[in-house]
Amino acid sequence: MYIAVALALVVTMGLALIRALLGPSVYDRVLAVNMMGTKTVLLLSVITFAFGRPDFLDLALAYALINFIGVLAVLEFFRKRSELDPENNDEGTQ
Amino acid sequence: MQMGVDILSWLLLTCGGLFVLVGGIGALRMPDLYTRMHAASVTDGIAPILIVGGLILQAGITLASIKLAAILIFLLLTGPAASNALASAAVLSGHRPGNASEMSAEEEA
Repeated sequence: MYIAVALALVVTMGLALIRALLGPSVYDRVLAVNMMGTKTVLLLSVITFAFGRPDFLDLALAYALINFIGVLAVLEFFRKRSELDPENNDEGTQ
Repeated sequence: MQMGVDILSWLLLTCGGLFVLVGGIGALRMPDLYTRMHAASVTDGIAPILIVGGLILQAGITLASIKLAAILIFLLLTGPAASNALASAAVLSGHRPGNASEMSAEEEA
C-alpha cells in the first residue's frame, strides 16, 4: 500500500520534472520545482512508514521549510530582475 | 477496531495518491501558466491532507504522528503563500492569462 502511494508520488515528480524542462517561462519552472519539493516531503513521509525508519520524518520536516524559503528567494530574485530590466524579462525561451 | 482504522487509512492514502497523479498530469498538460498553477494546487492542498492523514491514522498516538501533524501544518501554511508569491510575481512581470490558441500562436510567432 505504501509502495503504491510512493509510486504515484514518483510518477508525479517525473511529470513535474518534464514540465520544469519544457518551460516555457521561468514561472512554469518555479511552479514545477515547488511541486517537486512538496512531493519530496510527502515521499519522505511515506518512505518512513514503508521502511519503518522514524528518523526520516525529521528530514521531511526540514525539507518542507527549506523548500518554502528556496521558492520565495527565487521568486524575489526574478521579480527584482524584471523590475530593473523590463525589456529582458522571462518571456523568451532559455 | 484496528481493522476499521486500517481500512480508513488505506482509503485516505489511495485517494491522496490519486489526487497527486491527477494534479501532476494537469500540471503537465494544461495550456498556460495560471491553469497549470490551478492544477498544481490540487497537489499542494488536498493531497497532503489525505496522505499525511492516512499516515497519522497508521501511526496512532505517538511522537511520529505529532511530527506528521507539524509537517501537514507547515505544508498547508506555506503552499498557498508560495502560490500567491508565484502568481503575483508572474502578473507583475507582465505575464497575462490567455487562452490556448493565443498561447500557441505566440509561441509559433
